[in-house]
Amino acid sequence: MRTKILQTSLLVSAVVVLLCAASLAQVSDYQQKEWLNSTAASSHVGNIEGHAPDAAMSYRRYCLVCHGPLGDGNGESAQWLDPKPRDFTLGVFKCRSTPTGTLPTDQDLFDTIARGLDRSNMPQWSTFTKQERADLVAWIKHYSPRWQTEKPGAAIVVPPEPEVTADRIKAGQEVFNRVQCWKCHGVEGKANGPSASTLQDDLGRPILAYNFAEGGRFKCGETDSDLYKIFMTGLDGTPMPSFSDNIKPEEAWDLVFFLRTLQPFHSKAKELAKGLNLKPINPNAPPPSQ
Amino acid sequence: MKSWYQRPSHILSAIGVACVVVVIVGGRVKAAGEGSITGTVKLTGTAPHMKGIDMSKDPYCVSQHKTPVTMENVMVGSSGGLQNVVLYLSEGLSGSAASAVSSQEPTFDQKGCMYTPHVIAVNPDEKYKVTTSDQTTHNIHPLPAPGGGNIGWNKSQPPGAPPIENSWKNQEVAISVKCNIHPWMHGWHVVVRGPYAITDDNGNFTIKNVPAGSYTVTAWQEDLGTQTSKVTVAGGAAAKADFTFKAK
Repeated sequence: MRTKILQTSLLVSAVVVLLCAASLAQVSDYQQKEWLNSTAASSHVGNIEGHAPDAAMSYRRYCLVCHGPLGDGNGESAQWLDPKPRDFTLGVFKCRSTPTGTLPTDQDLFDTIARGLDRSNMPQWSTFTKQERADLVAWIKHYSPRWQTEKPGAAIVVPPEPEVTADRIKAGQEVFNRVQCWKCHGVEGKANGPSASTLQDDLGRPILAYNFAEGGRFKCGETDSDLYKIFMTGLDGTPMPSFSDNIKPEEAWDLVFFLRTLQPFHSKAKELAKGLNLKPINPNAPPPSQ
Repeated sequence: MKSWYQRPSHILSAIGVACVVVVIVGGRVKAAGEGSITGTVKLTGTAPHMKGIDMSKDPYCVSQHKTPVTMENVMVGSSGGLQNVVLYLSEGLSGSAASAVSSQEPTFDQKGCMYTPHVIAVNPDEKYKVTTSDQTTHNIHPLPAPGGGNIGWNKSQPPGAPPIENSWKNQEVAISVKCNIHPWMHGWHVVVRGPYAITDDNGNFTIKNVPAGSYTVTAWQEDLGTQTSKVTVAGGAAAKADFTFKAK
């Protein structure tokens, strides 16, 4: 008699557990279907259309170990990494062609995946096909609710690059001194400015300013127009602000040319700068009297 | 022929007209009966020690202060009045009073490498201005909580730069604002619905333009948290609400 009651109760609880599991599976399945059908689950890069569901396998295989199953940057390997992997749930990205405080374009994310991020553990994913990358862009976007309610910002206009001249390099140094890039990057671009040692990212973790004299690739590209975009849009999530309110497009190119003279590479800008004998300013000079 | 009340569409439009009239008249009645809430916020116990600030990284900042500068987390005035406490109506606001946007446009200035004032309050969508009086570059970096609908940004403001005008979309108590170049600089933007006030250096405040009604007034202090008090405002009258925070 006893065993019969036990058997029945076991059977009943098993059925209950199964029913619960089935309904839960249905809920998560429904939620997944909902976002997969939304426009946020696709991406557009040139004439390629990316589909989030197609990226599920490659995300699991290549990205999950650092960025985590929830996309929050808490993958198994994250504890060993510095800088930490990006938390996709925040929807905040360094490398954008769009103004500070706005979402990046699909193209921006697509380029970041291919380029990787120097001086971090994010490698170049050039092994992916363009279609795979576009799919991953769509997948990454599903982690942040920002894409459900916001559109990417309008990409800033980068005017055509003028010819580099000695005058432009000189003017560029004046911009460098006026907006005080040296506060963090140092008067010679050696990342040793007075504020360099106390810099923190948005999550309060220590972060380094870019060292021009070392000459590594920028986090967000290596071309002159990449450099232009870096200081005109800012690197969101880091101390690097946007200077678009304070540097005119013309001056921005001057600054690009001057910054190139701080790098250890041979370039026309560097060649021209030799004749200019530019002197770094004294950061400890007494402040201008008022 | 059907008479007017036999047609459902007519009845509906009659109800619609009645609603519009009620809303208009109701709005006017409220506007005529606006009162205020005044009071004082005090700190009991020993005021916490405010750490000194070392500005020596930027000679300009040092040159702007003749006396030692301290943090401004808890500012206590004469007779224990607490400065920079934000007071707002957390419960009891009617729809129209809650969605009204103040046109005060507060200014958040950077002066002597400190935020002046240390705390500003705004309504959602109310404009505010960030200005600089300094001859050194600042970056203004508000950090709203993720998922709350407000989006952070980070802009530079070199000497002589024009003001940055902006607004916040959603209520948020409170948004921390930082300057990465001068890491001691820290201020707050407090985004609340409806009428609000901030205490002066003696802890006094007046919330103006409060429609008659019963409210919960919340007092927010960045380090000491919040206190609430139930207040009833009669049309056109000044109600009283005092708050006391205990030093930690």
